[in-house]
Amino acid sequence: MKVYFLKLMSAMLLLYSLTAEAATEQYPFVNSTQRAAFKQLTQELRCLVCQNQDLADSNAPLAVDLRAEIYQMIQRGESKQSVINYMTARYGDFILYKTPLKSTTYVLWLSPFATLLIAFSVLIIIVRSRYQRMTGDS
Amino acid sequence: MFRYWRYHLPLAVFLLLAVFLWRGLQLDPHKIPSTLINKPVPKFDLPDIMVPGKSFTQQQLLGEISLVNVWATWCTACQQEHPILLDIARDSKVKLYAIDYKDELTEAKNWLAQYGNPFLAIGFDATGQTAIDWGVYGTPETFLIDSQGIIRYKHVGPLTKQVWQHTLLPIINKLRTGAI
Repeated sequence: MKVYFLKLMSAMLLLYSLTAEAATEQYPFVNSTQRAAFKQLTQELRCLVCQNQDLADSNAPLAVDLRAEIYQMIQRGESKQSVINYMTARYGDFILYKTPLKSTTYVLWLSPFATLLIAFSVLIIIVRSRYQRMTGDS
Repeated sequence: MFRYWRYHLPLAVFLLLAVFLWRGLQLDPHKIPSTLINKPVPKFDLPDIMVPGKSFTQQQLLGEISLVNVWATWCTACQQEHPILLDIARDSKVKLYAIDYKDELTEAKNWLAQYGNPFLAIGFDATGQTAIDWGVYGTPETFLIDSQGIIRYKHVGPLTKQVWQHTLLPIINKLRTGAI
């Protein structure tokens, strides 16, 4: 059973890597750094039409166009950051899967830590009060 | 003190969550805010569909308040909003321009002949490059541009009478009176 499951998993992984390759196929790169940059960028940028897909994965016409744009920018030797700047200048932070940390996103980034802090405080209060009750009783 | 919190904290957490989820229900993730609001129109130079040899550039948008509608013949929602655009053009409160996004030239001409042409100029964006520069991610989109060529508002999706009356017109009137 376990072996069967592993086989299934590896088959699925293989299938996934094949489909991931399919999108980059049409873009020949002169070196692996550029290919890696293209791959990373298309996976970090969101398709605006089908929003739960990245640009690498999407077949929406706009995603195809944006992939071509990224390819050309990389071919011109532009940095990853300049591609990201180009995209966010047009489509905003929404196009980024990694939300940047800035004044408008502080709540988003910091609220999990704040919640954790509150949870710990509550825990400490509860434990302390129980401890006091126990020692008071005995 | 502790007893008080014990009963009220879960309620407080629930209410906070309810407020956020309620707000979340009203947000549409498909409406992506434009980054170009209060910024000048990106430079563009497109062939004008109606006048061969002439081009449509950002220069033409200066001087008067205008709407720039991004549409295509293959876009069904564009067909749906077209009567509203014709009405707006008849009202002549603003100048209407368009960008034809990734289209066929003859089809575009036929479409305009069939449904009517409310636009003063139509830029033919065959590659979609101008639309990308404008941050367009789905037709139809309509930009409201002031007389200085600054983008003041963007509407995503088909225009309706409602949107024109309650959203675009108030902004136009404010721009007219110099309130903004």
